Amino acid sequence: MLVNQFLILAAVLFCIGVYGVIARRNAVMVLMSIELILNSVNINFLAFALRNGSIDGHVFALYIIAIAAAEVGVGLALVLLVYRNRKSIALDELSEMKG
Amino acid sequence: MVAQNIAFGIIAAIMVVGALRVVTVNNVVHAALWLVLVLAGAAAQYILLTAEFVAVTQVLVYIGAVMVLFLFGTMLTRAQLGREKKLNNSTWYLGIPTSLLLLGVMILALTSSFGNEKLPTDSEIVSTQAISDQIFGPYLLPFWALSFVLLVAVIGAIVLARKD
Repeated sequence: MLVNQFLILAAVLFCIGVYGVIARRNAVMVLMSIELILNSVNINFLAFALRNGSIDGHVFALYIIAIAAAEVGVGLALVLLVYRNRKSIALDELSEMKG
Repeated sequence: MVAQNIAFGIIAAIMVVGALRVVTVNNVVHAALWLVLVLAGAAAQYILLTAEFVAVTQVLVYIGAVMVLFLFGTMLTRAQLGREKKLNNSTWYLGIPTSLLLLGVMILALTSSFGNEKLPTDSEIVSTQAISDQIFGPYLLPFWALSFVLLVAVIGAIVLARKD
């Protein structure tokens, strides 16, 4: 197995996630795209942990999983709050904070 | 080693197709189910990378907990569970050149810096004991910080979602 096959897979997933963040209008879909991005980072960490023969990458991957869980919890609570106030979670309609 | 490469190819193809469906499908629940496929594929890749404990954690936390949160979020914020017309921004096409350009730069950087470098094939599976020795040894302080982050996230989610 090459190092690059994992890294390029992670890059492809990252770019798909970036496209999702840019293109999607629904806030829940944007959160799903962020999950894609975080997963691609995890693949990178574990590939480098195997390459360097160290365990640190595993520890960071576990921390990222925990942070992602917390992020989804708070993010969905925010989406719920926006929905309760606006009856919509379309991100392009949330324009009050525009300068 | 050929078997590992074949497994990698199959799982990677499934993951890429699943990820593309996540960002293109017109139904939020279907997108969540495609995301389950991608996350399960990622867990399989972690096993190929000799990271069993991280793979199990991925299945427990992502496929178990995070997906349930997503489905709850979908249920609570939408009147009907069906196809939806306007899931994309009006300027969604700008995402295609952006992500393709980013992908090109990343692949160029990766191929020029790692080339044909191979992963070690004789490494043993990383034991859970070794990971816990790292977490509760040199990485204890980030672990504490992480505990506080989780506590704050739980309290924050309750405060935000509470009705009063």
